[in-house]
Amino acid sequence: MIRAMRKIVAGGLSAFATLLAGASAQAAQPAEWEMRFQPAATDIMHQITWFEEYTLWFIIPITLLVLFLLAYCIVKFRASVNPNPSRTSHNTLIEVIWTVGPVLILLFIAVPSFQLLTNQYTPPEEAKLTIKATANQWNWDYEYQTEDPLSFNSAILADADRAGLGKEDRVVYPRLLAVDNEMVVPANTMVRVLVTAADVIHAFAMPSFGIKTDAVPGRINEVWFKVEKEGFYYGQCSELCGKDHAFMPIAIRVVSEDQYNTWLAAAKSDLPGANKALTAEITAERNVAAAGN
Amino acid sequence: MAHAAAHDDHHHTPRGWVRWVYSTNHKDIGTLYLIFAIIAGIIGGFMSVMMRWELAEPGIQIFHGLASMVYGVDGDAALDAGKHMFNVFTTMHALIMIFFMVMPALIGGFANWMVPIMIGAPDMAFPRMNNISFWLLPPALFLLLTSFFVPSAPGAYGIGGGWTMYPPFSTTGQPGPAMDLAILSLHIAGASSILGAINFITTIFNMRAPGMTLHKMPLFAWSVLITAFLLLLSLPVLAGGITMLLTDRNFGTTFFTPDGGGDPILFQHLFWFFGHPEVYILILPGFGIVSHIVSTFSRKPVFGYLGMAYAMVAIGAVGFVVWAHHMFTSGISLDAQRYFTFATMVIAVPTGVKIFSWIATMWGGSISMRTPMLWAIGFIFLFTIGGVTGVQLANAGLDRSMHDTYYVVAHFHYVLSLGAVFAIFAAWYYWFPKMTGYMYSPFIARAHFWITFIGVNIIFFPQHFLGLSGMPRRYIDYPDAFAGWNMVSSYGSYLSAFGVLVFLVGVFEAFSKKRIAGANPWGEGATTLEWQLPSPPPYHQWEQLPRIK
Repeated sequence: MIRAMRKIVAGGLSAFATLLAGASAQAAQPAEWEMRFQPAATDIMHQITWFEEYTLWFIIPITLLVLFLLAYCIVKFRASVNPNPSRTSHNTLIEVIWTVGPVLILLFIAVPSFQLLTNQYTPPEEAKLTIKATANQWNWDYEYQTEDPLSFNSAILADADRAGLGKEDRVVYPRLLAVDNEMVVPANTMVRVLVTAADVIHAFAMPSFGIKTDAVPGRINEVWFKVEKEGFYYGQCSELCGKDHAFMPIAIRVVSEDQYNTWLAAAKSDLPGANKALTAEITAERNVAAAGN
Repeated sequence: MAHAAAHDDHHHTPRGWVRWVYSTNHKDIGTLYLIFAIIAGIIGGFMSVMMRWELAEPGIQIFHGLASMVYGVDGDAALDAGKHMFNVFTTMHALIMIFFMVMPALIGGFANWMVPIMIGAPDMAFPRMNNISFWLLPPALFLLLTSFFVPSAPGAYGIGGGWTMYPPFSTTGQPGPAMDLAILSLHIAGASSILGAINFITTIFNMRAPGMTLHKMPLFAWSVLITAFLLLLSLPVLAGGITMLLTDRNFGTTFFTPDGGGDPILFQHLFWFFGHPEVYILILPGFGIVSHIVSTFSRKPVFGYLGMAYAMVAIGAVGFVVWAHHMFTSGISLDAQRYFTFATMVIAVPTGVKIFSWIATMWGGSISMRTPMLWAIGFIFLFTIGGVTGVQLANAGLDRSMHDTYYVVAHFHYVLSLGAVFAIFAAWYYWFPKMTGYMYSPFIARAHFWITFIGVNIIFFPQHFLGLSGMPRRYIDYPDAFAGWNMVSSYGSYLSAFGVLVFLVGVFEAFSKKRIAGANPWGEGATTLEWQLPSPPPYHQWEQLPRIK
């Protein structure tokens, strides 16, 4: 039944969604005058986006119905037209209808809602890579749980460092979103992030992945994602954590499996060098692609 | 004995400052509450306009300058102090608007004024307790405002952890005494509300006029009765939670500190066990007010009276078992998220009953669109928008993407700023002639409505878009892509602030023109007991108790 509903709704919405998605070329960060979710980069975010659009099919008509009924009453039953009010104050049938009706609508919302929620907690496969993310005031520590662990700090990119890190392009490395050292992960690979905090509560959020979980001292929360496309993805701390709450972005760079392996090997001895090499390689690829167009 | 006391007072109407400071008269105390709420509302509104001014463009515009003006710091210290100061403004805006504006206006103000009159009682059950309920509030507000100038986080002043005060940011994160002042302030404001709640429950249960059974009682009295129970049951939990915060901060306990075996999430459970009923405390009296106004100006009795009353009872009861929907991203278990999603959705049903019953009250009526009716209909429509986004947010799977974004900010301002506040203004324009004896200028009142209606929608509707595209809450600065809708939102804020000025002009105009309103300016649709009294009502009403058929 859910699949059938999905098909019906998806048909109506796909044209609209394509229109909006086309507006943002950079698939991984907020876009100007955006009115909808950021484009989905994971299956879970596709499901969330679908479900959000699905709920609109109920809530927008309900709101318009209320608006219409109010307007109808105001016009049709204004004192000059209808000087003698009715004295009706009960109608059992209609009261039953507007109690049962919403219950049915809620059921229609609840079924896919519970399925979505369950999917968010049911990774389809074992994670191939686990990264522990520890939040500090006001930056992130990433620890790759590989055989020979790699750990580094990721903080907001200072303007003074842009040139040195080869990150002068403000479209790819936007103000307040770009960081000095991104979390680098391979595409099409199940990645698990274990999230905790060292001082106060923060939150690890990546809108285009459909993940958000609080980073709580003394607790470890788990999120997972499998990204389809390579690129830069940006999120921001999502739990008030002090004066620089707005200045501790989360940046994830998704690369090919080969690029990831090369980077990982190099990063263990020389992180800045590995990041630079990766940046240079990707910039070159992009230039080639641009020239090809 | 009651008769003797009333008789005695009749000859000694206190005058001057004694009348107000020593007041045991529910109408005078109600007036004090309303004046207090207006002052607090202006302070809280000022803070919101400063925040919108800051957020009008990307980058930090004004808060480093404000910090340097207020705290006398310069350069980088001013920037740091300014960033914290923005968080202080978000925190104080919420606390002031909730505890010192909406609650005093609806419960202390309108309920104090009207519930005894509507149920045919001469006064509240405990008039002196009523006095202390009010007089606890100014010191509570004073403590909260003082915290603004007291050290908190290193190099910063004032409490900047949000009204939710989550530890450890409210404990080790802000070691200075500002948080202690805020905790004491909330304790005092909470005590004030608990005393008020006891007073209302006692009054409504014991002092109804002969013949007025609970099932004949006006819906506003019903709404206040339910609100009072919510206050009585939820505020002690907040008091417990913030007391544990206080001892964690000062006396070495570790309720919320993992190093000592505590858990920060425990505080979130305690806070939201209070916090969720609290949002119904803010809106339920508004439900009662809107019912009366819609009925009055449709010249029809409320449709489905019993359904309306028990829908509020249901909302109040279910409101106690949904609290963790504020914590879907905190790491609570999958089963907990399933349960809280389900329970939260249930609330939509009684809320829908109320919306449809208001419309059915209008249906077939003889509707005159006078000022209170404008505000009431504005309330119904805007509350519906806030309600349906609430249904979306109830789904844990979807809330994952909306939690702590501007989507939530838009949602709760639609139900509170555009819901509860519209109800307050509806009540103000409905009962102002009764309370003062004067009629306001309908032109200014309508201008106030339209400016506010347009202004608040310009503020909050674009925030849905900001939230969906991922802008987190409580940010002093944002990526440049969010600039467009933020600019629009800020313009709405300036327009709404102008609306507040129009409101004040309207009040001033009404008192200077002194147009006599008469006992019942609203005609035969106004059937509740207050309209049988002269305007303003005598110092003591119902010396002969009314009899309800």
